[in-house]
Amino acid sequence: MSFPWAKHYEPKFALTKWVDERLPLPRLVYSAVGAGYPVPRNLNYFWNFGVLAGAALAAQIVTGIVLAMHYAANGGVAFDSVEHIMRDVNAGWFLRYAHANGASMFFIVVYIHIFRGLYYGSYKAPREMVWLLGVVIFLLMMATAFMGYVLPWGQMSFWGAQVITGFFSAIPIVGDTIRVWLLGGYAPDDAALNRFFSLHYLLPFVIAAVIVLHIWALHIPGSNNPTGVDVKGEQDTVPFHPYYTAKDGFGLGVFLVLFAFLIFFAPNYLGHPDNYIPANPLATPAHIVPEWYFWPFYAILRAFTSDFILPAKLWGVLAMFGSIVLLFFLPWLDSSPVRSTNYRPLYRIFFWVLVADVLVLGYCGGSPAEPAYVIISQIAAAYYFAHFLVILPIVSRMERPRPLPNSITEAVLAKHGGTSPAESAVSGSVLAAE
Amino acid sequence: MIRWISGFIGAGIVAVLAWSLLWSVVGVVTDPPAPTAEHYVHAHHPLLSAELPSEGLFGKYDVRQLQRGFQVYKEVCAACHSIRLVSFRDLKQLGYDDGQVKALATGWQIEQPSINPDTGEVATRKNLPSDHFPLVFANDVAARAANNNAVPPDLSLMTKARHEGPDYVYSLVGHGYVTQPADLLTKFPDAKTPNGLHYNQYFANLNIAMPPPLTQDGQVQYLDGTKPTVDQMAKDVAAFLTWTAEPNLDTRHGAGFAVLGFLLVFCFLAYGAYQNVWRNMKH
Repeated sequence: MSFPWAKHYEPKFALTKWVDERLPLPRLVYSAVGAGYPVPRNLNYFWNFGVLAGAALAAQIVTGIVLAMHYAANGGVAFDSVEHIMRDVNAGWFLRYAHANGASMFFIVVYIHIFRGLYYGSYKAPREMVWLLGVVIFLLMMATAFMGYVLPWGQMSFWGAQVITGFFSAIPIVGDTIRVWLLGGYAPDDAALNRFFSLHYLLPFVIAAVIVLHIWALHIPGSNNPTGVDVKGEQDTVPFHPYYTAKDGFGLGVFLVLFAFLIFFAPNYLGHPDNYIPANPLATPAHIVPEWYFWPFYAILRAFTSDFILPAKLWGVLAMFGSIVLLFFLPWLDSSPVRSTNYRPLYRIFFWVLVADVLVLGYCGGSPAEPAYVIISQIAAAYYFAHFLVILPIVSRMERPRPLPNSITEAVLAKHGGTSPAESAVSGSVLAAE
Repeated sequence: MIRWISGFIGAGIVAVLAWSLLWSVVGVVTDPPAPTAEHYVHAHHPLLSAELPSEGLFGKYDVRQLQRGFQVYKEVCAACHSIRLVSFRDLKQLGYDDGQVKALATGWQIEQPSINPDTGEVATRKNLPSDHFPLVFANDVAARAANNNAVPPDLSLMTKARHEGPDYVYSLVGHGYVTQPADLLTKFPDAKTPNGLHYNQYFANLNIAMPPPLTQDGQVQYLDGTKPTVDQMAKDVAAFLTWTAEPNLDTRHGAGFAVLGFLLVFCFLAYGAYQNVWRNMKH
């Protein structure tokens, strides 16, 4: 694991020596996120977002555990118990707004993290396992966020649960039986609310466990970098601590400023007003829309409007799940040996078209299902699948990449106008002889 | 091999989407979406701004306005609409002292459901400051029976349960009730307001069951000398309902500035630490 020049933990005191011989936990932390983990020296701010996602998960778990002490998962009182938190629990409004907006912050940083991986080819060999585990985390996050949104038992909670569990009824023959089994009834009610609460409390800890695997898998090859070029020697890396703990500290501060702005000054901006109306199974809202982070997928679901051998609804559900499942195959769909899109002139164009395409899908998914939005979603959804399944495999074969730098250090020094590598290496360290 | 399979699947999905797209376009061409009366009216009458002092980053409630709004609620709205999530004790935030809150609670026209302590039979008792405001109707059936088959919604969260809630409440009760324009009926003959409903240009489907609640200036006698025009009363009740939906807004904004200030100092120091650690390292 890691590079030969990685520093090793050396306990200085009798007590730390005693602990290290019996349970080398400090050693593990030192090698994972301390001075014992060498990281490429040229990482840009986009490499901040993994740490930020971890911070968002921690914030969600802390606020969520306290909220669970005051919340009651029963259809008769769930809505009122949330309002009890907002009005009568000390700083309850802060906890709830932090938790609701924390979900949004979590998705914002994870989406940037995912697109960082797409742009810099972080899914390619030898980091395929890191990417696969990341997609698993993303799926778990979506399940957790959906079930969490049901808990306040407002109109969007109820009808969101109705629509999402309705996906399963698209499965031929056994669909309705599966849906009733999942809900514990014919419509969302106490049985569904209780199991959603139970799972909403469980899944974040599953996410935390998969994050451990994600980081473990990352530490085998070490972090990717903006050039996508492999680390060649010690001069290419710096120890994670203090270099990236300091940089991530600043990034965390900026993240918290944005987070605090949402909590204190725009707490309901990203929410939907209908969720302040108690759940009513007899009154369907005019427009059922999920939270913003599901909008692109919702647009894909709604883009299938005509039956084609299979019913349109089944196509929509298959495509929506397929839009995420295809990410599992990405490391093998992209055969280009060049990781960083900086050196891939043709793919670079398609990458930015994809970013725009996902934003367009998101906009359409959040809009009412009017013909204009449906037609735009159909075109945008077609591009989404074409990008990953057709364009990317072809481009990666025919593209002629720009020349790569020989090493990370060479790229860094070229950016700074060229000095000899020795001057810029970590003071006191010896150049790795290769 | 995987690229052949993926290409085949990708082309298949694009084909199915193209099929859907074809029929969507055919649908738009043969049956173009017709404008509705709701869209037409709402496009011509955007919500009016209530200009509440609680709006914006530096927003803060005006306690005198909240008191006036509470008076409008108490004398006009409370006949049909409850605010069941608000407690009488919360009124202390409006500047009333303990004695006034107690008097308001005991004097409230609708009593709390209770039981007769001697017989155990269903009864009512006077409200206490610790009580929530009581429901006006015992249940939806009773509400429908008394209101021409419509349920007056609870107003505790109304300003958060509608888009631009405060402006919506202000526009709806202050300026929404107008005579139905004749040109609307020539354009949309089906849009005629049915008997028993009232035309309101800010209501979602234009026809609301609630009769105009604020009908004339001076309907409420303000104690602080403010002139009780319909516009003023609508503004004040919108302010009051903003408070019932978000009673902690003042605390939230105050804490927000403290937190942001702290975090900006943190960012400044963290940036300095980052630059200091990296000062000899080109990257």
